[in-house]
Amino acid sequence: MSAHSSALGASVSDTPRVPVVTMSGIEKHFPGVHALKQVHFELLPGEVHALMGENGAGKSTLMKILAGIYHKDDGTILIDGEPKEIVSPRAAQDLGISIIHQELSLMNDLITAQNIFIGREPRLRFGRIDEAQLTRQAAEIFASMNLSLDPRALVGNLTIAKQQMVEIAKALSFNARVLIMDEPTAALNKAEIEELFVIIRRLKADGVGIVYISHKMDELKEIADRVTVMRDGQYVGTVSAADTPTSRIIAMMVGRALTDTTVEIPDLSGAEIALDVRGLSRGREIRNVSFKVRKGEILGFAGLMGAGRTEVARAIFGADPRDAGEIRVNGKLCDIRTPTDAVRAGIGYLSEDRKRFGLCLGMDVRANIAMASMKRFTRGVGAIDEGDMRKVAERYIAQLSIRTPSDRQEVRFLSGGNQQKVVIAKWLLRDCDVLIFDEPTRGIDVGAKSEIYKLLASLAAQGRAIIVISSELPEILRLSHRIAVMCEGRLTGILPGGPGTSQEEIMHLATLRESAMIPTEAAP
Amino acid sequence: MSTVEAAPRPRLAARLFASGAHQRLLAFASLIILLVGFSLASPNFMQMSNIIAILQATSVNGVLAVAATLVIITGGIDLSVGTLMTFCAVIAGVVLTYWGMPMPLGILAAVAAGALCGLTSGTFIAKMKIPPFIATLGMMLMLKGLSLVISGTRPIYFNDTPGFTEIASGSVIGAVIPALPVPNGVLILFLVAIGASYILGRTVLGRYTFALGSNEEAVRLSGVNVDAWKMAVYALAGGICGIAGLLIASRLNSAQPALGLGYELEAIAAVVIGGTSLAGGRGTILGTLIGALIMSVLTNGLRILSVTQEWQTVVTGAIIILAVYIDMMRRRRTV
Repeated sequence: MSAHSSALGASVSDTPRVPVVTMSGIEKHFPGVHALKQVHFELLPGEVHALMGENGAGKSTLMKILAGIYHKDDGTILIDGEPKEIVSPRAAQDLGISIIHQELSLMNDLITAQNIFIGREPRLRFGRIDEAQLTRQAAEIFASMNLSLDPRALVGNLTIAKQQMVEIAKALSFNARVLIMDEPTAALNKAEIEELFVIIRRLKADGVGIVYISHKMDELKEIADRVTVMRDGQYVGTVSAADTPTSRIIAMMVGRALTDTTVEIPDLSGAEIALDVRGLSRGREIRNVSFKVRKGEILGFAGLMGAGRTEVARAIFGADPRDAGEIRVNGKLCDIRTPTDAVRAGIGYLSEDRKRFGLCLGMDVRANIAMASMKRFTRGVGAIDEGDMRKVAERYIAQLSIRTPSDRQEVRFLSGGNQQKVVIAKWLLRDCDVLIFDEPTRGIDVGAKSEIYKLLASLAAQGRAIIVISSELPEILRLSHRIAVMCEGRLTGILPGGPGTSQEEIMHLATLRESAMIPTEAAP
Repeated sequence: MSTVEAAPRPRLAARLFASGAHQRLLAFASLIILLVGFSLASPNFMQMSNIIAILQATSVNGVLAVAATLVIITGGIDLSVGTLMTFCAVIAGVVLTYWGMPMPLGILAAVAAGALCGLTSGTFIAKMKIPPFIATLGMMLMLKGLSLVISGTRPIYFNDTPGFTEIASGSVIGAVIPALPVPNGVLILFLVAIGASYILGRTVLGRYTFALGSNEEAVRLSGVNVDAWKMAVYALAGGICGIAGLLIASRLNSAQPALGLGYELEAIAAVVIGGTSLAGGRGTILGTLIGALIMSVLTNGLRILSVTQEWQTVVTGAIIILAVYIDMMRRRRTV
């Protein structure tokens, strides 16, 4: 894989050019979080520059500043050597800077041409839109990218890969000289990734500078010229992609060699099985998934985006309907159709998107902690015992060290880590036997992360069965007693946790397509 | 326990902003300004008889607005409150006048009919997933039609039920304190408001009412049976509309089947002026009461100043826009 990248890498370092972007001394604070500390970044024209770091390292924040979405608190940005203030996304576009977000921002009910030229449609008299001209211009851009895409196709009907191409076409229509791509391959298959790389190489040849945010090491070797690594909101270093071993880049990202993040795996052979899932299926998203979790065990779920891990969690929890499958909790078959059934059976689910699915942001800490256990505070016909609720809320605030002025503080004013702790407190209060954590540390700064890790470990030690879904392999390796890996809705294998399992083994299973499938019915 | 760190409490101004109390203060201040303004403009305004007339005029809209507040806090809307009120009045007329039943049964029937209709709307919304706007729009029309069908399009008078007019127009307070002849209708409004405040602030139903409006999906994923609670809120609101139906029937000594359309908008206007967010999750009964009072003070004061009915309506519309604009400004600053 590294064979053809070396040639590309060389072409950059040989020719001295003025960087198209130079960011230096960038500072950014969010309430309660120092997100960027004196960050430095440089992009040359015609370069693919990978930006790497664990979640929460500050990559996206840095790029959002470059794209005018956030404003820096301090530091300078030079475009072609000239200092510029990028005050809005519009200002960034005018400077030729475009960003393609991980979640694509296209309008599914409009055709591709309309999406590309939204807000800039060629006009006829009386404000009518020149549809013919619109279609022609879009077709020209597609042709210049060597893409076979119908300008009049409805965007909602395209695959994710094709939609991404439309986003790139849109960026190019602004004469982009800087293109920021946030995890562009997260939802793509192998062939689609190749297709994307062809486009990226063509843009490169045209002198476009590309910032490439990704977690996938093999891709970096294939497409990137240089790699800049960030950690905890700080600049760590910039290295050549071709000449730097993967292990070195990983070490830069995590700040330590991966081997010292081992978990202690308890002997659970005698422990009861807390959760037993058999033949769980739903459409094409979940295909015949079976696994068991013992009391006191942490089962990690690894896989690429869209592998179906969140879908499995939601189906077990009754948040989405399932086509088939049996769920046993503590040996008892449970007919779970709604979250109410699941909670009654003793299952708690902490969503990956806590703001949308986990919290009532406009309500106070006390009410959010009590949300799943309201019965406990009910007196008489339906009156709430506020005193008791306050006492319980304050106990959890102390126990989990939730930083909040009081239990009456609205949750929206708390930092991400503290919000997550409120959700955890909600489920601890409910006293569930099985807890499913979906991306428990997403959007949480590093200090709070390790607190959450410790908390999960102690929950397991208390005899709860824990499922952790995470897209960060170091996190999976650090936490899991066993590791279930999914790909395309199937459980492709269950690996033992601990230092014996490598990221490569997990990635192999995570990319194991149906044709290469080996049957797995893994027992704990 | 004792290790909870004592972080500084936010400043008073910030707390007021955050709690929405400032919007209520603002509404309250507007009410005071209106009262002062009108009493300076006309010596007739501050007469005891006029004050009582204003309160009496607020009672029906106030009770409906309380019902609307509950639903709006869940993030829903109830367009059927006005015609439901009429429907309940007609039911009371049927039970008391056509069937000749005793008065308590008529009262019970009206409130029960209201709760049942509310429950039906709630079922459409929670179980059949019809958007609240559509579900209650349909309900509004069905109830308007049913009122006309049941009554044979004619008013039903309560002449056979002595004491029915006392429900709204009598004065229990006046009987005890002759100097304070507050009509029962006003008393009932305050009792309903206190009851609704208690439910919102101190009960599980109230907590879930706010939670539904704040983030329904998060509540569902907490294992709460959101459908049932939502239906309960609509049923409660319906029952309160039944009380409003009794009030209006008592004041008119008749159930007027053609009445009711337009009341829902007045009620929603009072809720909005009182600072309850149509987006849900936020609102107070006190605010709604002040909102309802502002509307009737405005109507009454403008009439005393001989402003025509037509212009009164224009002013009311402008006040609604102004109130919501102020609310939006507040939101922009705090979020």
